Amino acid sequence: MSSLLSIKNLGVNFDTPRGSLEAVRGVDIEIPAGTSVGVVGESGSGKTVMCRAAMGLLQGSNVQRTGTVVFDGNELTAMTKEQVRDLFGSGMAMIFQDPMTALNPVRRIGSQISEGLRVRLGMSKKDALVRSKELLELVRIPNPTAVLKSFPYQLSGGMRQRVMIAIAIACNPKLLFADEPTTALDVTVQAQILQLLRELREDLKMSMVLVTHDLGVVAGNTDYVAVMYAGEVVEYAPTTKLFADMRMPYTEALLESIPKIDHKSGTRLSVIAGRLPNPTDRGVGCGFAPRCKYAQEKCHTQHPELQKDPDGHLYRCWFPIGEAL
Amino acid sequence: MLKISFWLKRIAQLLIVLLLVTFGVSLLLRLIPVDLATVLLPVGTENERDILRAELGFDKGPIGYYLQWLGNFVQGDFGKIYFSGGTEDVSAHLADAMPRSLLLMAYTQVIAIAIAVPLGVVSAYRAGRRADKIISNTLFTLSSVPNFAIALLLVIFVGVKFAWLPTLGYVPLSDGVWEHLKHMIMPVISLSLGLIATYTRLLRADMIAALREDYVTMAASKGLSDQRILWRHVLRPSSLTLLTSAALSMGGLIGGAIVIESLFATYGVGFEVFAAIAGRQYVALQSTVAVIALFYVFFNLVVDIASGFVDPRTRDRRVNA
Ligand SMILES: Nc1ncnc2c1ncn2[C@@H]1O[C@H](COP(=O)(O)OP(=O)(O)O)[C@@H](O)[C@H]1O
Ligand code: SF4
Ligand SMILES: [Mg+2]
Repeated sequence: MSSLLSIKNLGVNFDTPRGSLEAVRGVDIEIPAGTSVGVVGESGSGKTVMCRAAMGLLQGSNVQRTGTVVFDGNELTAMTKEQVRDLFGSGMAMIFQDPMTALNPVRRIGSQISEGLRVRLGMSKKDALVRSKELLELVRIPNPTAVLKSFPYQLSGGMRQRVMIAIAIACNPKLLFADEPTTALDVTVQAQILQLLRELREDLKMSMVLVTHDLGVVAGNTDYVAVMYAGEVVEYAPTTKLFADMRMPYTEALLESIPKIDHKSGTRLSVIAGRLPNPTDRGVGCGFAPRCKYAQEKCHTQHPELQKDPDGHLYRCWFPIGEAL
Repeated sequence: MLKISFWLKRIAQLLIVLLLVTFGVSLLLRLIPVDLATVLLPVGTENERDILRAELGFDKGPIGYYLQWLGNFVQGDFGKIYFSGGTEDVSAHLADAMPRSLLLMAYTQVIAIAIAVPLGVVSAYRAGRRADKIISNTLFTLSSVPNFAIALLLVIFVGVKFAWLPTLGYVPLSDGVWEHLKHMIMPVISLSLGLIATYTRLLRADMIAALREDYVTMAASKGLSDQRILWRHVLRPSSLTLLTSAALSMGGLIGGAIVIESLFATYGVGFEVFAAIAGRQYVALQSTVAVIALFYVFFNLVVDIASGFVDPRTRDRRVNA
């Protein structure tokens, strides 16, 4: 199957006062056309930076990106900023974690949706507003005419997220990056938004990168999963395969940390004990070693290479689960 | 309705500020350890002074005096300036000086903002790069030169050496727009350079902060050009500090431009303040300061209204205010 997006050996470094911060390193990800790929990992593992780097959205003079990104036959990493920009909207689009901060606070919803239509598709102001209203209907916003005239702060979190989705799908993108689209929302709204994304993906034939820190979100919504830890992909497999035959101790720890809704509050395990390694000084061994219950001598001294099972299942571990020692 | 009550509250607040300021000035006047009637009428008879004392309320306590002054003031009687030969109305002086000061202030603000906004946008966009460094260093240097020094340089070169512009006097608009403007150019330049530096710095800082916001990345992901993002998405939410600072400087430009007004002989309100102090015209001083405070408060109100248009969130916060 041909890849819509192909990321090879992607690395992102930030120059910080505390030294060089390696937020993403050596990431390879393929997004086959028509699929949904989940990117999972704890907060701080580099998911957002990876997505933004893929689209070329990281700003600032302290950012260094290495590796290649090919989207739909275009090698983004070899193109100018202006050339890449021409692919935004109808090629790639992104929705962001926090719909409050990702919508411009001082501009009306109508102008924020129609702007992309006018700039990217050359629509007239009137046509763009008509289309904006249709888009609001498409993301199931009640009373779209009133919402067009509203400011973001006048809407609820769920409504804002729907508006952001409307903006992202406005020009019918082939690939949608959804960066934690439900993290800022409460549970019932989360389910609605995920349902909406599923439907839109089918109707518009979009591929999707679904970023989340919650393996539970990935389960029914993705075809493949890439698990990220400390800036690296540490496991990659078809979603069903991943849940059926998990190889990476970190992924297992993530799964065990999913809050169980039926548990009484207070008994849920919501985080993995210990912390991510210091991103400015990653050390030599496996970054998960201090927190890993399978860790052995070797884990602390040698960085594990990516291993590949015959079926294509990738993982980065010296002592993967399910292997005779 | 909620909004109306907000504005009523705001206006009431400002009125209280005005009353406190004018009462403070009035009180200070009474604390000066001199006999005010003697100061105003040094050559008159004691009888004439007694009449003046009664007329101005010097014979009353501080509160009685203030109330009498306030009563006159709100009726448009700002008191008199006393000469050996007679008196002149303060209101006539202000009617002459106020348009000069208001126009000088307005031109200065328009020029300062018109220049500072593009400079602020460019230096925020190129923060830390060459263009930003050039702009910041140039403005810093210019702002450390006092405005009278700039005025003197302008007079020497533009006015005298090349004789491009008149160096002295004020020509009202009614005597010809070009003549009027010609006399205003140098005072406006002298006053605006410092403001340009301040405004640019404020806008730059706010824009740099706004450029880190998610909504900027979001705008970029829509495929908008940097230009469009800067001007349509970042400038507006970043301009509230600039606006507030502009409001604060208006009062200063009206009442505090004494040096520039004297240098170029445009004689506005600042000069009236100076003349009242120098001539010990305490009643005139009190009324002039009150008028300046009035304008100050008025401009604050204007900026309150303007910020509602710049950032709608401030409008709704008022409902809960
Ligand atoms: N602009 C930046 N400058 C410096 N460090 C950054 C910047 N953006 C992100 N980082 C760092 O990169 C790492 C990965 O962050 P991020 O991709 O946001 O994680 P995630 O999305 O998985 O929660 C973090 O250590 C974060 O502090
Ligand atoms: S390499 Fe070692 S420490 Fe790292 S995940 Fe595997 S077992 Fe755990
Ligand atoms: Mg993130």
